[in-house]
Amino acid sequence: MIEFDHVNKHYGAHHVLRDITMTVSRGEVVVVCGPSGSGKSTLIKCVNALESYQSGHILVEGVDVKSKARSAAALRQRVGMVFQNFELYPHLSVIDNICIAQRVVLKRHAGEARERAWRLLDRVGLRDKAAAYPMNLSGGQQQRIAIARALALDPEIMLFDEPTSALDPEMINEVLDVMTALAADGMTMMVVTHEMGFARRVASRVVFMDKGEVVEDCSTTEFFNDTKSRADRTRQFLDKILSH
Amino acid sequence: MPDLSFIARNASFLFDGLLLSLTLTAAGVIGGLAVGIALVLVRLFTGVVGNCVVDAYVFVFRAIPLILVIFWFYFMVPLILGRPVGAWTSAIVAFTLFEGAYYSEILRAGLKSVRAGQMHAALAGGMNRAQALRYVIFPQAITAMIPIFLTQAIILFQDTSLVFVVSLHDFLTATTIIANRDGRLVETYASACLVYYLICLAATAGVDRLKRTFAR
Repeated sequence: MIEFDHVNKHYGAHHVLRDITMTVSRGEVVVVCGPSGSGKSTLIKCVNALESYQSGHILVEGVDVKSKARSAAALRQRVGMVFQNFELYPHLSVIDNICIAQRVVLKRHAGEARERAWRLLDRVGLRDKAAAYPMNLSGGQQQRIAIARALALDPEIMLFDEPTSALDPEMINEVLDVMTALAADGMTMMVVTHEMGFARRVASRVVFMDKGEVVEDCSTTEFFNDTKSRADRTRQFLDKILSH
Repeated sequence: MPDLSFIARNASFLFDGLLLSLTLTAAGVIGGLAVGIALVLVRLFTGVVGNCVVDAYVFVFRAIPLILVIFWFYFMVPLILGRPVGAWTSAIVAFTLFEGAYYSEILRAGLKSVRAGQMHAALAGGMNRAQALRYVIFPQAITAMIPIFLTQAIILFQDTSLVFVVSLHDFLTATTIIANRDGRLVETYASACLVYYLICLAATAGVDRLKRTFAR
């Protein structure tokens, strides 16, 4: 579904992504973790062409991200994204946030878009917030709406860029619950997160990145249970974030 | 109570001046906005060269006082065209080009005030750049820009008095003529102040309403 083939990215002299090669299959949930600055956000933003890379290839559903045969906009209809800071459109109500891309990008009729939006609001449990504006919602609610907004285009793949990092602790679970349900429905997901509980429960694979490299790429059980086979820096990272 | 009947007697002369000021302001706002939007679109959709051209344009018009721009267009354009263009046309052209430089900067600042994540979200949601600007960035930027647009329009209205250099009679020029002829400086200029004040008040109220419409 997503294939990374020797992907390299530089910001000037800084080598942000080093020779990334891996595959995400249909229906897989891949958690990408690692210290800040390790390139994990950059990696997933390359998948929907929000970031560029200098060498190598990324294939999404078999088509090169840089291919002229498919526009960036067309690619992004297939690949939804959820951001750390939600990035809901503050000038639009919740339901309009979910409808706007359906109207503008997919040219759906208002009725059809709204019907889809209502179903998604039910799915994230926020039907009663349809008329509210983003600034009147809690962080957790905003992020659930952001997930609904991304799902409105019926993507095949969902990317999550630290979806719970900007949330107060008591709101993290409501967002993770929505993501867990999405994974159970068979959505292909790449999730940048430090929520190791989520990774343990939901991920099929865990990728650990450091300094632009993929240090680990293994099944979830291997990652958490077979700690002896893990690299030193992986163990150090896990010790740090699991110690309390 | 000072005798203000002389103002009533000269009302039509003053009103003509006021009309000229208002028309020139409207032309400057509409024309300037059109030029400003065009300049910002050049910035957004062309590369380094386009940006340099716009930078140069803005720099030139900000460096030169408006009064000189009006003056130049009046005297230079006929030299290029080979025939006179008239005070009125040259004033409108000068105001449009001059205000365009300022409006383009206001628009740019307004668009920049919308954080980068919004553009990313819109693009990630499948919109192209033009759609993202139209549906996501611009509606947010406009609320930030409206108060500055108003300030700029009021400055423009007051600056229309500069057209006296090409012998046009705007409101302030008309006031000055009456004041000097009748030797009633204090009353005439005080009345002129009142008119400026009322127009500014009306414009502010109008913009407040506009702002509420946009903010919903």
